[in-house]
Amino acid sequence: MRRVLVPLAVVAAIVLGAGPALACGGLIGPNGTVTLVKTTTLAAYHEGVEHYVTSFRFAGPGGAFGSIVPLPGVPTNVERGGDWTLQRLVREVAPREARATSGAVELAADAAAPAEVLLQTRVDALDLTVLKGGGTAVGEWAAQNGFLLSPDAPEVLDFYANRSPIFLAARFDADAARQRGLSLGDGIPVHLTIPTSNPWVPLRILGLGRQANERVDADVFLLTERRPALLPGDEAPGLQLVRQERASGSLLGDLRSDAGMGWVPESMWLSYLRVAASPEDLTYDLAVDATGADRPSASAAGLREGAVVGGGEDGGGADGGGEDGGGDGRSGLALGLVIAGAGVAVIGAAAAGLLFRNDDGSPA
Amino acid sequence: MRRGRLAVVLLVVATSAAGWAVAATGVSPPPPSPQERTVTLDVRYSRFSPAELEVRPGTTVRFVVRNGDPIAHELIVGDQRVQDVHERGSEAHHGDRPGEVSVPAGGTATTTYTFSRPGRVLLGCHLPGHWDYGMRGVMNVR
Repeated sequence: MRRVLVPLAVVAAIVLGAGPALACGGLIGPNGTVTLVKTTTLAAYHEGVEHYVTSFRFAGPGGAFGSIVPLPGVPTNVERGGDWTLQRLVREVAPREARATSGAVELAADAAAPAEVLLQTRVDALDLTVLKGGGTAVGEWAAQNGFLLSPDAPEVLDFYANRSPIFLAARFDADAARQRGLSLGDGIPVHLTIPTSNPWVPLRILGLGRQANERVDADVFLLTERRPALLPGDEAPGLQLVRQERASGSLLGDLRSDAGMGWVPESMWLSYLRVAASPEDLTYDLAVDATGADRPSASAAGLREGAVVGGGEDGGGADGGGEDGGGDGRSGLALGLVIAGAGVAVIGAAAAGLLFRNDDGSPA
Repeated sequence: MRRGRLAVVLLVVATSAAGWAVAATGVSPPPPSPQERTVTLDVRYSRFSPAELEVRPGTTVRFVVRNGDPIAHELIVGDQRVQDVHERGSEAHHGDRPGEVSVPAGGTATTTYTFSRPGRVLLGCHLPGHWDYGMRGVMNVR
């Protein structure tokens, strides 16, 4: 068998990711060649509820495309997101370069049990499935459902499942998209509502399926009511904190005006981080402590093994930030985040996780 | 991940002797033949374990490949030329030729191969990206 050909697709100023989890979509066409890999996501926290707005973008001749996104908790609702939110966030950064409650669903998963399908829905041409399970179980489910995992997927799925056994699998039906009039590069925004107490941004998933000589480029935007403490900090290879400042009123107002975004508070803190790392260096996630306790979780950052079912459980060693007078004194009531990929070089091996098989069922 | 790590093939482990099964009670079992051995290869996170083994020339090894991953793998035994052929090849399934076998996700498969001459013989998986990822090993025949 031979490796999938991977044309590089440079996509400028497009948001990438899914979730605090960023879901860069690893999308592959029926002939095994990738035509476009790009996903746009906003995740925000308010009063213990996290809102993800993720846009899956693609272009292909037909067939099915898929990706998988690790999530910090179990969504209680999955619906079509507003179209304006992601565009507005990208525009905000283009010129220049929670209090959270525990989820109602027990996050612990039996690693040996089959993956449990918690929710299935369809948003336009996207078939979305929320899964709960260990890395092996989720991988088996994916394989049984036509996904083709890259060779590093088993380890990476375990990496996430050991902390949060919740994943979102998205299957993009290109034929259905065409029938709906979607054009090349169009995206379908998806809004996930997720009660969680532990904000973290999956970064390692961005390197999934990539070769050592490739580079992962992504922009990460955080919106919090306080200036957040982050782990890892600038010392992490390939991660740079570019900006930290109060979000503009116009930005928050614009976000608030979009469908399903009425929860956006009046004041938030904007942090902008840039990821430019080799897959080998990108072995961490981004833990966020927006409570003012200045204790981002090492586990949530992927720097320590162990389940993250509540956040802030291990202190982790904050790297700065912390209380700065920002916010209103409440404990991190809101956090929003967007992963944006600017100039993203995309490959054929599922940046976010999974590749589909060919139409005839053979591996792409 | 990837090549750097993959290239780290270590661990020299003596082969198991599971194939030297003897039977019968009351009869002295014959000494295990050095020409027949069974080696169990565990696969986890797209890597063989052990990744380096040693056998004597003339030994026929029965490989038992236990795949602990949720993705399919394969075992191809042969020199660099053989590995190159499979890396460029397009066979979806292996199992008919000695030293070549496909292993389904979570499954076990066996294949045999005779190491006739001294030298290094490679083990590899050539599903897309697996060889480059480091799913390879070596048999030292001496």
